[in-house]
Amino acid sequence: MSEYNSSAIEEFSGIWVFCEQRDGKLMPTDFELISEGRKIADQRGCELTGLLLGSDVEGIAAELGGYGADKVIVCDDPALKVYTNEAYTNVVCDMVKERKPEVLLFGASNIGRDLAPRCAARLHTGLTADCTHLDIDMNTYVDFLDKNSNVDVANEKFKMEDVNLKMTRPAFGGHLMATIICPRFRPCMSTVRPGVMKKNEYDSAAAQKCAVEVVKPGIDEKELHEKVLEVVKEAKELVDLVGADVVVSIGNGASKDVEKAKALAQELADALGGGVVGSSRALVDAGLMSADRQVGQTGKTVHPKVYVALGISGAIQHKAGMQNSELIIAVNKNGSEPIFEVADYGLVGDLFKVVPEMITAIKAAK
Amino acid sequence: MKIYVCVKQVPDTSGVVAVNPDGTMNRSKMPTIINPDDLNAMEAALTFKDQNEDCKVVAISMGPPQAAEMMRELLAMGADEAVLISGREFGGSDTFATSQIVAAGIHHMGLEKEDMIFCGRQAIDGDTAQVGPQIAEKLHLPQVTYAVDIQKDGDTLTVRRALEDGYMKIQVQTPCLITCIKELNEPRYMTVKGVLECDEMPFTILDYEALKDEPLIEADTIGLKGSPTNIFKSFNPPVKGVGMMLEGTEKEMANDLAARLAEKHVI
Ligand SMILES: Cc1cc2nc3c(=O)[nH]c(=O)nc-3n(C[C@H](O)[C@H](O)[C@H](O)COP(=O)(O)OP(=O)(O)OC[C@H]3O[C@@H](n4cnc5c(N)ncnc54)[C@H](O)[C@@H]3O)c2cc1C
Repeated sequence: MSEYNSSAIEEFSGIWVFCEQRDGKLMPTDFELISEGRKIADQRGCELTGLLLGSDVEGIAAELGGYGADKVIVCDDPALKVYTNEAYTNVVCDMVKERKPEVLLFGASNIGRDLAPRCAARLHTGLTADCTHLDIDMNTYVDFLDKNSNVDVANEKFKMEDVNLKMTRPAFGGHLMATIICPRFRPCMSTVRPGVMKKNEYDSAAAQKCAVEVVKPGIDEKELHEKVLEVVKEAKELVDLVGADVVVSIGNGASKDVEKAKALAQELADALGGGVVGSSRALVDAGLMSADRQVGQTGKTVHPKVYVALGISGAIQHKAGMQNSELIIAVNKNGSEPIFEVADYGLVGDLFKVVPEMITAIKAAK
Repeated sequence: MKIYVCVKQVPDTSGVVAVNPDGTMNRSKMPTIINPDDLNAMEAALTFKDQNEDCKVVAISMGPPQAAEMMRELLAMGADEAVLISGREFGGSDTFATSQIVAAGIHHMGLEKEDMIFCGRQAIDGDTAQVGPQIAEKLHLPQVTYAVDIQKDGDTLTVRRALEDGYMKIQVQTPCLITCIKELNEPRYMTVKGVLECDEMPFTILDYEALKDEPLIEADTIGLKGSPTNIFKSFNPPVKGVGMMLEGTEKEMANDLAARLAEKHVI
C-alpha cells in the first residue's frame, strides 16, 4: 500500500475507537471511549466505529452499540486472541491504511500505551497521550476553556471552522494543562485515561441496531516474532477505584496504624453509601497499601461523587488524580496543607479521632 | 553485546514549578534530575554488565548541552560510554521526531544481533511513554514495555510485562527494545570512584552534522517542523474556589459536616 499518505487529510473521515478485550471480555474503558467518541462524532456529523481485535469475539461487539457505536469492525483471527504488539500493530495499521479514519482513540491502559505509539510511528501521524478532554468543534472547545481554565476567551480569537481534534491533557505532572493538535496528518490519535470520560446510559435498542462487520486478516503465526508464553491474572482482590461512587483515601497521616485507618476509611465509605478505600503514593511506596489503590498522576484518576482524603497533604501529583471529584472532604491535622485548596469541606484534626465522629454523625443524619 | 540505555534529563516536577508569564514551564529555573524510570533501565543494563564481561553499556540521550552533567553522572554509575545527541535542528521535537532522531543515533552507532535497547517507561515531564515504542518501530525491532523481569538466554529474551490485573510473559529475540518500570529493580548509586572522576570523563556529542546522512534524518521528520503534534494552547487548571473549613471539636465538625451532606442530599 505504497500510496498511503497520512498528509492527504481530506481523504480521511469517521471516528474510530480501538476497543480492548482481555479474555474475550470488553474492558470498562471501551464504554467510556465509545461514549466520548459518540460526542465527537456528533460534533463532526460522522459515523462512530469500534475496532475490535480478537478471536471469536463477534458476539461481544454489539454491546458497544449500546454506548453509541454505529458500527463495529471485528478483526477475527486466532493469533489475535491474546494481545501482542506485533500482530495488533500490523492489523490496526492495515485497517487504518485501508479505511482512513479521521480520528483514532485508544484507552491509556498498559496495552493501549504499548500499541498506540507504535501505530502512530508506522502511520506517520501524531499521538497525544493520556488525554482528559477531547473536542472537535471549536464552539464546544471554547466553552470548555471558558469553564475550565484561566483563559479569557472573550478577548481571544479562535478559528471557529477549525476541525482538528483538540486533545487536552495535564502536562508537567498536572502543573499545567495543554491542548495538542495534529494539524497536518491523519488520523488524529490519542490515548485517553481510564476513568476520565463519562459513560453513556446503555441503550439496548441502539445495541441491536449496531452493524457488525467481521474481517479476517489471515495472520500466519509463523511470521510473528513475539511469543506470549503465558498470561497470568494475579489473584488479588479487585479494587474498582475508578468506578466507585465514594472513595475514601488514606495517606501518610495514617501510617502509625494503617490497618486501623483502613478499617475506619472503609466504614466511612460504607456510611457514605458504599465505596472503596484508596491511598496516596506515600503508603504504596512504603508497602503499606497495594498499588492498585493508588490515586494520582501515576495511579488512578477518579471522579467519584464523594472523595475523602484522610491524612493526605495534597501534593500536585495526588491532586491530579482526584481534583475533579464532585465533592471533596479533607481531614488533616495541619490546616494549611494544600489538600484544603481543593476541598469543599475541611476538617482539621487527628484522623483517628475525627473519622469515628464522622461515621457516627453521618449514620445519625441519614 | 551492547546495551543502549535511553535517558532523559527532566525538571524535577515533585518540587516547586517555575512558570513563565505565558503559562509555560520555565525549565531553566528548575532543578533537573535523571528521569526516574530511566534509572531502572540503567540498572537493568548494568546488572547484565556485572554478569557479562563482554557487555558494553552505552547511555544515550537527546537534549540541550546542559545535559552534559547528566551524561557524566551516567558514566559515574558505570556506563562505558555516554552519547548526547544535541543540536538546534533537533529542538522542539515531539515524541515522533524525538524517536526518529534517537533511532538515527542508535543506527549510526550500530546495532548488532545480540544488542538491546532499554528505556524507562515514561518521562515525568511529559508522561507519554511513547518514545520507547516509537524508537522500536523506526528500527523495526520487537518491543516489550512495562518490564518487571528480564531473562536472557543467548538471543532469546523472556520478559515479564506488567498488566493492570497481572502480567504476561513474552519471548522475543534480540535485537529488541524493552521499557522498564520501577518494580524491575533498585537503581544503584554512583560509585565513589565514579563521583571523583566523572568530571573528567569524556562523552560523545552527536550533532546534526554527524547524523545528517542517516536515512531517518530528514527536515520533515525532525525538530519542530518534523513534529506531527503542536501545542494549540497551554493554560492553568482552574483554581477551585476555596472550600469551607469546619470549626469546633471533632464532634462538632462531624455533626456540621453530616448536616451539610444531608442538606445536599449526598447522604
Ligand atoms: C513523578 C511523581 C509521581 C507521583 N505520583 C503520585 C500519585 O500518583 N499519587 C500520589 O498520591 N502521590 C504521587 N507522588 C508523590 C507525591 O509527590 C507525594 O509525595 C505524596 O502524594 C504524599 O503522600 P501523603 O500526602 O500521603 O504524605 P505526606 O505528604 O507525608 O502527608 C501526610 C499528611 O498527613 C497529615 N497527618 C499526619 N498525621 C495525621 C493525623 N494523625 N491525622 C490527620 N492528618 C495527619 C500531615 O499533616 C500531612 O499533611 C508522585 C511523585 C512524583 C515525583
